[in-house]
Amino acid sequence: MFDNFPLWPDRASTAAGNVDALFIFLIIVSGLMTGLIFTAVLYFAARYRRQRGVRAEQIEGSTPLELTWSVIPFFVFMAIFAWGAVVYFKSRTPPGDSTEVYVVAKQWMWKLEHAEGQREINELHVPVGRDVKLIMTSQDVIHSFFVPAFRMKQDVVPGRYTVAWFRATKPGTYHLFCTQYCGTQHSGMIGYVIVQEPAQYEAWMSGGSTGPLSATGEKIFAELGCVTCHRTDSQGRGPNLQGVFGKPVQLEDGRSVMADENYIRECILDPGAKRVKGFQPIMPTFQGLVSEEQVNALVAYVKSLAQPGTAAATTKTAAVVSPQDRPEPAHSTGSQVQ
Amino acid sequence: MSMATATTQPAGQTIERENYLNKHYGVGSWLFTTDHKRIALLYLLSITFFFFIGGFFALLIRLELLTPAGDLVQADTYNKLFTMHGQVMVFFFLIPSIPAVLGNFLVPMMIGAKDLAFPRINLLSWYLYIIGGVMMLHCMLTGGVDTGWTFYVPFSTAFSNTKVIEAGLAIFVAGFSSILTGLNFIVTIHRMRAPGMTWSRLPLFIWAHYATSIIQILGTPVIAITLVLVVAERALHLGIFDPKLGGDPLLFQHLFWFYSHPAVYIMILPSMGIVSEIIACFSRKRIFGYGFVAISSISIAVFGFLVWAHHMFVAGISVYAALVFSILSYAVAVPSAVKVFNWTATLYKGSIRYDAPMLYAFGFLGLFTIGGLTGLFLASLGIDMHVHDTYFVIAHFHYIMVGGALMGYLGGMHFWWPKISGKLYPEGWARLAALIVFIGFNLTFFPQFILGYLGMPRRYYQYPPEFQVLNVLSTAGATVLGIGYLLPMMYFLWSMRYGKPAPDNPWNAAGLEWKTSSPPTTFNFEEEPVVTWEAYNYEELDAHPDEEAPSVG
Repeated sequence: MFDNFPLWPDRASTAAGNVDALFIFLIIVSGLMTGLIFTAVLYFAARYRRQRGVRAEQIEGSTPLELTWSVIPFFVFMAIFAWGAVVYFKSRTPPGDSTEVYVVAKQWMWKLEHAEGQREINELHVPVGRDVKLIMTSQDVIHSFFVPAFRMKQDVVPGRYTVAWFRATKPGTYHLFCTQYCGTQHSGMIGYVIVQEPAQYEAWMSGGSTGPLSATGEKIFAELGCVTCHRTDSQGRGPNLQGVFGKPVQLEDGRSVMADENYIRECILDPGAKRVKGFQPIMPTFQGLVSEEQVNALVAYVKSLAQPGTAAATTKTAAVVSPQDRPEPAHSTGSQVQ
Repeated sequence: MSMATATTQPAGQTIERENYLNKHYGVGSWLFTTDHKRIALLYLLSITFFFFIGGFFALLIRLELLTPAGDLVQADTYNKLFTMHGQVMVFFFLIPSIPAVLGNFLVPMMIGAKDLAFPRINLLSWYLYIIGGVMMLHCMLTGGVDTGWTFYVPFSTAFSNTKVIEAGLAIFVAGFSSILTGLNFIVTIHRMRAPGMTWSRLPLFIWAHYATSIIQILGTPVIAITLVLVVAERALHLGIFDPKLGGDPLLFQHLFWFYSHPAVYIMILPSMGIVSEIIACFSRKRIFGYGFVAISSISIAVFGFLVWAHHMFVAGISVYAALVFSILSYAVAVPSAVKVFNWTATLYKGSIRYDAPMLYAFGFLGLFTIGGLTGLFLASLGIDMHVHDTYFVIAHFHYIMVGGALMGYLGGMHFWWPKISGKLYPEGWARLAALIVFIGFNLTFFPQFILGYLGMPRRYYQYPPEFQVLNVLSTAGATVLGIGYLLPMMYFLWSMRYGKPAPDNPWNAAGLEWKTSSPPTTFNFEEEPVVTWEAYNYEELDAHPDEEAPSVG
């Protein structure tokens, strides 16, 4: 019977405990407030019911009392706010060294691609005890990635990346729901997150890959001719992409932006929007020429260029080198890979 | 139905005094009336009609959810059902409910005026509502719409194959009726108060409607513009919201919730006004902390405009924006809490009677408290990540909008029914109905809190089997609730023909509206009243027990 009638959801991520603790605290606080109000109402209603010959006693009000029951709830609310903010902040800040999974949502299916290259549909395999970062976008309408057992939800919006992360703590198979209404088969846009012990997970990972996503991206990068301008030296007509990711970039209009996934994505699809300082607006848009999966691969490739230790990026280039700032060849800092 | 009573007098009665119902006869005298009381009845008929349409959709939704598989209707049909349930209930029932019916009827009388400031605009507002309503019906009958009442883009502008434009325009037109009602109330309250009716003597019902009107005037144009933009993008492919056309889908959500969050206060504030009137009358006391209750209505209206993005915590807004909107959402909870405490304190040392309106007010207190407190859960960023767009949200806003707003509306309908119809409703049945509604409501919606925390998403036409038990409970409750709503409609209708004639002031209540005859004459007062007393002067009223009229039922 109780298999079919659970009263509390599975708790299978590090965030789940935090959310549950806050939830239980709120149940206690609001239970006390409800109890207080209901008891008072019921007691007064019974105690002061109409009786012959007894008149109501007029009481005008009381400013101290008003202040008390404004200020005390206010501070209780602020405490709840602060706790909720902490939990949220943690869940919104992916740890730096997370395993990455690219998610593409479409009516009515989840397509997932691991950074290592494994692809899945409506299923996501993850290991216990590792931080997993989801980089998500949608091909059509807004969807939302919700795993109740992880207490984690993030809308998946077309035209941009949204990011979520979790660390699974308990092996098992958990519901994945789309929670943003997306049309006819909205309730069919479901799947499972399968949390495995590391050994099992490694076994699963060893099969079926076409090579890492960044390698796919590198191939696309070459096929689309990106390499002709984005050269690995400083002579290209486009910025050198070595080590760009995760660093601030100076823009032509004077602003500075962080080169995150969304920025790289935007540069591919709408290159004029945030042009790097010192470069001409000569890059064509790739909107409509590359699929969401290809954009993901390209982003993964650009990211890989910023990781020390990868073959393509063994340098310490701090930021995009613009032509004006380009050092004289004689004083080459050695930051270019040849 | 009102015309029927006006024309058929119960046998054996003495000749009825002239009143707003029997002064003129015929369809024309209703369709071209400028009497705020007759317009209120026109609204009453129309919104009751839409309430039962919306309720019928709700019934089908609950029946579909009785089993985990999608078996009763097609997925597309289900999506249209919840969409049109929401649109009809929000835009064609809840928003006009209290302001356009009870507000229209009572605002002029409560401040001692003959009518609203702009009687013809008042009639125009009803016609706009009817035009919008007919457009909505036409939309439903020619295929309906499946976007969810929220019209989220780019689904609504580029992907849905249903009548989005028709539904958007219907709501656009109906919105103007809401704006005009708000405008009329504000001008009336400012300019047409009787001599001596100072701001500090206004009934709290008037304060609540004043606050509501501010929202109607400032908020409704924004939803109107937003819907026009949706129509423009869908029909003309202007790139506003769809990223494929260079638009921003989150912009839509900001605009939509800028109106649609305050719209919740359009529904709940008038209900709070009613509850203040009822609690004062049935505990025979001036409301505790009158000034604080009045100001809290205004501050809810003002703060209500600053919290919209708490509907978007997981939509992809920045963490810092989310922090700001979360903290402001807690700020708006304070005035609501203050109201509940003041109502509770009003009971203290009162002389409390349990007539049906008071039972509804008690019901309101209970359900609004639960609805309000679960709002604290949703305003909490950490918890919203989990329960957003689940049944937890559904349960929460039904506790506010149905448990709160509708309980208040029904309480008000019972309280003022003798004034509106000139007849007494059957008290025993009314108490029974109040009880049935309360039990049915809790049985319907409380299980949904648990469902939501378990993770059942909203707008799901089929669901995993482990959620079934709670869904069955909810559907059972909805059946009880449906009976609870049918009962008042039946005995109100019954009472129009067979009810005992109502005295002018059956509750011995304070307030100028009770100084008129039941039903009132067309211009409400024989001569302009001069107010020399404070609001809720129950002490004076009860000091002369000889004036106490016989009680109801």
